[in-house]
Amino acid sequence: MKMVIAYIRHEAFEPIRADLLEAGFPSLSITEVKGSGRQKAITEHYRGSELAVHLRPKLKIECVVESKDVGMVKEVILRHARTGSVGDGKLFVLPVEEAVRIRTGEDGEAVLQAHEGEEVSVNGDLG
Amino acid sequence: MRRTAVAACVSLGVLLMAPAAALAADGPTLEDTVSAVNTTWVIVAGVLVMFMQAGFLFLEVGFSRAKNAGLGVVKILTNFSIAAIAYWATGFALAFGGAGTIAGTNGWFLDVGHTASEAASDIPLLGVVGISPAALLFFQFVFCAVSLAIVWGTTIERIKFSAYVIYAVIFSALIYPVLSHWIFGGGWLQVNVGMQDFAGSTVVHLIGATGGLAALLLLGPRRGKYGPDGKPRAIPGHSMPLVGLGVLILWLGWFGFNPGSTLSAIGGRFAEVVLVTNLAAAAGVIAALSVMYRRTKTYDVGMAGNGAIAALVAITAPSGYVEFWAAPIIGAVAGVIVVYGVILIEKVLDDPVGALSAHGLAGVWGTLSCGIFTSPRLAELNAVGDPGLWYSGSFHQLGAQALGVATVFAIVLVVSYAVFFAIKQTIGLRVTAEEEDAGLDIAETGMYGYPEQFIPPSELIGPGLPATGGAPSRAPAGVTATAMTGEATA
Repeated sequence: MKMVIAYIRHEAFEPIRADLLEAGFPSLSITEVKGSGRQKAITEHYRGSELAVHLRPKLKIECVVESKDVGMVKEVILRHARTGSVGDGKLFVLPVEEAVRIRTGEDGEAVLQAHEGEEVSVNGDLG
Repeated sequence: MRRTAVAACVSLGVLLMAPAAALAADGPTLEDTVSAVNTTWVIVAGVLVMFMQAGFLFLEVGFSRAKNAGLGVVKILTNFSIAAIAYWATGFALAFGGAGTIAGTNGWFLDVGHTASEAASDIPLLGVVGISPAALLFFQFVFCAVSLAIVWGTTIERIKFSAYVIYAVIFSALIYPVLSHWIFGGGWLQVNVGMQDFAGSTVVHLIGATGGLAALLLLGPRRGKYGPDGKPRAIPGHSMPLVGLGVLILWLGWFGFNPGSTLSAIGGRFAEVVLVTNLAAAAGVIAALSVMYRRTKTYDVGMAGNGAIAALVAITAPSGYVEFWAAPIIGAVAGVIVVYGVILIEKVLDDPVGALSAHGLAGVWGTLSCGIFTSPRLAELNAVGDPGLWYSGSFHQLGAQALGVATVFAIVLVVSYAVFFAIKQTIGLRVTAEEEDAGLDIAETGMYGYPEQFIPPSELIGPGLPATGGAPSRAPAGVTATAMTGEATA
C-alpha cells in the first residue's frame, strides 16, 4: 500500500478528481496549504507601504492506493497539474503499513478504493 | 413707577415690532419660503440617492468572492467621483440646459444664475420647479451615478479597472445626459411621444443595464462559470449578510429616488410616492421568494434581494403615475420576472448580480406598466402622456412607452458596444486568466480586501522587533508610547 501526496495548483484539482473517480479511485483527501518553493514572493501594497508575501496557496492531495495502482494515479495527477511553469508543485509516494475502514473494522488492501456499488448518500445531501 | 412701566411697555413694543417691520420690508417672501422648503426636500432626497452607492457596493461585494471584495470599494469611489465632475462639466447642460429636441446647450459647469428665476432662461425646468439650480444639478447627478453603478454589476470579478475609468467619463458626460434629456429634460420622447417615466425605470435602470449588457457581450463569462458540458455552475458570493445590507440601503435610498422626483414637498404628493414605492418592493420580495420556493423548496437569500430590487426598479417609472392599488401588482410581477430572467439569462450570459434581470427586464416592465396603470388624475397632474389601458381602454400610452424603451435600449446598446469594443481593441477589457484566478484584489489593488484570510499569520507578523538587552516586550513599545502621548495632548 502506498500514499500518494501531491502539492498542486488549485485549478488542477477538479480534472484530477473527475479522472480518478472514473478510474475507480473515489477516496482522497485535500488540504488547503500555503508553501514556498521557487515561485517568487508577491509584493503587496497597502496605503503606500509594501509587504512581501513568500508563501503561496496550494492544494495538498492525499490518496492511499494499492502499490500496483501508484503508476496510474501518478500519471493522472501529473497530466493535469503540469503547466510547465514554476509553481506546479511536487508529488511524493510513501509506504503505508495499515489501513482500516472505521465503519466496519475491515482492514488491508480491500478497504482502499474501488468501492462496491454506486456513490452512497447518507442523510440526503447533508450527510 | 408708572412712567417706568410705560417706558418699559414702549420699548418692549418697539423690540417686538422691529423684526416684523424688517420682515415686511426685505425678508423672505412666501415664494422664497416655498422654494426653500422644496430645495431642502430635493437635497435630502439627493443625499438618500447618494447613499445608494453604498447599497450597490455591498450588493456587489457580497455577490463577489472574497478575493475580489476590495476592488469593489475603489471602483465605486472612482466611478462616483468621475461622474460628479463630468456631470457638472457637461452632463447637466446636455440633459437640462434648454428645450432642444436632442440635447440642451446651456449651463456648462452650472454657469447660470444662483436662483431659480435667474437660471430659468438657461434651465427651463427651473421655471416650473422653483428650486436652487445647484440642488437640481446635485439631484440629477446622483441619478446619473446610480445608472453608472448599475453598468458594472454584470462585469465584476474579471473586468480591468481601466475600463471603468474610460467608460465612466463617456457615460456621465455624454450617453446618460443626452438620453435622460429625451425623457426627463424636455426632449422628444417626453414632449413629442408623451413617454411617462417618473423617476427613471428606463432612464436610469434600463440605460445602466443596457450598458452592462454591452460590456458583458464583449467580456465573456468568469472562468469556471460554465462546465465542459456548457451548463452554468453556481459561483456563490462570499457574504449574504453584505448582500442583505446592500439591498436594504438601496431600498432606503429609493425613498429619495422616487419621492424626490416630485422635486417638491408642497402638497405632500411625495408621501404618496413613498407609500407606492414601499408597497411595490414588499410585493416583489414576497413574489420572488414564493416562486423560488416552488422551484427549489428553499428560501433563497439572493433571489429575495433581487425581488426587492426588481420591484423597486419597476415601480420607479410608474411611482408618480399610479394609485396605491396598482403598486403591489407592478412589484409582484417584477418579482416573478426577475427570478425567471436570472435563471434564463444565466444559461448564456454570466451576470453575477442579476443586473440584466433586476434592472433591465424589470426596468422594461416598469416602464410599460405606466401604459397599463397610469391613472387619469396623475397623468393630468404630471402633464405627460395619457391614462393607461386599464382606465382608457386604449393601447396608445402603452405604445408610447414601448417606443421609448426600444429606442433607449437600441441606442445605448450600440453606443456602449462601440465604446467597449474600442477599449477591448486598445488597452483590453479583461484581466489575464492568472489575475482572475488570483483575484482582482491582489491583481488590481495590490492588497486583499480580507488580508488575514489570504496571507498566513507568519507573514503578517513578520520578523518582529529587533533584539534588545532585556526580555522582549509583549507590546510594541514605541507604538504604544506614541499613542498614549497623542491621546494626552489631543
